[in-house]
Amino acid sequence: MSNPQQLRYSKEHEWLSAAGEDGVSTIGITEFAANALGDVVYVQLPDVGSTVSAGDTCGELESTKSVSDLYAPVSGEVTEINEDVVNDPALVNSAPFEGGWLFKVRVTSEPEDLLSADEYTAFAEN
Amino acid sequence: MTDAPPTPRRTALDARHRALGATMTDFAGWDMPLRYGSERDEHTAVRTRAGLFDLSHMGEISLIGPGAGDALDHALVGRLSALAVGRARYTMICDDEGGILDDLIVYRLGDEEFLVVANAANAQVVLDALTERAGGFEATVRDDRDAYALLAVQGPESPGILKRLTDADLDGLKYYAGLPGTVAGVPALIARTGYTGEDGFELFLAPDDAERVWEALTEAGAPVGLVPCGLSCRDTLRLEAGMPLYGHELTTDTTPFDAGLGRVVKFDKPGDFVGRRALEAASRQADSVSPRTLVGLVASGRRVPRAGYAVVTADGSPIGRVTSGAPSPTLGRPIAMAYVDPEYAGPGTEGVFVDIRGTREPYEVVALPFYKRER
Repeated sequence: MSNPQQLRYSKEHEWLSAAGEDGVSTIGITEFAANALGDVVYVQLPDVGSTVSAGDTCGELESTKSVSDLYAPVSGEVTEINEDVVNDPALVNSAPFEGGWLFKVRVTSEPEDLLSADEYTAFAEN
Repeated sequence: MTDAPPTPRRTALDARHRALGATMTDFAGWDMPLRYGSERDEHTAVRTRAGLFDLSHMGEISLIGPGAGDALDHALVGRLSALAVGRARYTMICDDEGGILDDLIVYRLGDEEFLVVANAANAQVVLDALTERAGGFEATVRDDRDAYALLAVQGPESPGILKRLTDADLDGLKYYAGLPGTVAGVPALIARTGYTGEDGFELFLAPDDAERVWEALTEAGAPVGLVPCGLSCRDTLRLEAGMPLYGHELTTDTTPFDAGLGRVVKFDKPGDFVGRRALEAASRQADSVSPRTLVGLVASGRRVPRAGYAVVTADGSPIGRVTSGAPSPTLGRPIAMAYVDPEYAGPGTEGVFVDIRGTREPYEVVALPFYKRER
């Protein structure tokens, strides 16, 4: 699997797009994480308008065998959630970096330990 | 100082699983395939076509000798001495208090030969108990865990697939029967048993032959859509079929009557058997006031109940506990098995919820099983 170069990554296996001019980044989980979870059957995402804090749980992902917390990789206000993935959680498995994105955040601050694609690949493989 | 983690045991098909890209998991000390791709697709394949499983972690124990049947009558809750040669029986082994040590399938291979198949996690306990309990009978207990690999081919297409690889009379082989034969040119015990709720076969064979038979089944099954299947879908398949799993629905704290499986206990057999007194009491109690009842729960929403979650009323009062839960691929909704107070056990009972990490989610009480194949 390959982790897109233009994204940055958390050690909790989320990816984060570069913020646009409006300061909004898109967040999802990596293909590595999706494969580890197995078939995702339910996603609970933060409410639009709520504030998330980097490193805090802000939702959950359920698969056949387990339930996992979803962590916010950055702090900020949630501007949009992916209703498609709420209705069809299998998108997380089939297109984790594209149609399976989870939510968008207007970033106010980000931690210093976000990883580049190469750093994350090395991290995930160990 | 810390102990090194025990090395998980690997089956004869380990290299094959890795070549297929399986996600492996530790299961009762064995490194087993959890899934090869999507567990939901594997589940659906077994329901509609066929799936191939490596179940070599299961624990085989042989009882041999003129007193083998009597020894099993004493050691287990069933009447195995009455089992016909070539047939199999689902049964249990209990402790003196009637608590379940394991659930078992016993095959009668000959007048004086039985094969007991125990769950991997309990195989040593069962072996020790059988060895002790067979003392005084003309029977030898033999640990055959390393003597067998176990493959299962399950699903509606499985008879057609197996027929291409064996001359054995599969049409004459009934459900819960087993006969020695040849599969893909190697000797095997061919049994029409399984843990999926579908028609299917379990093949006990020498570990050295496992690779060859796996390959032959894969080839023979490819035209009809057979896929390799892991333990993840095995769990959802058995849950839909309402089949209990040791460590979940069955424990040393439950009797066969608690689990709604009192029928496996045969009080009318001659001689004493381990647990008889306690089980007679449990049977009487089950006839009057059952302490708890195993039921099926179907979710209205999409959040999945997991083993250990509390079953509660609308105001949060506990009325039971979930023993197994998963999203059901066949029903398209989460399902669970749970022990509940008998007054809430009737199908259609209103006001039953599961506390899912702090949120009460409504559930419908249904009779088990959730799924039954058409015959």
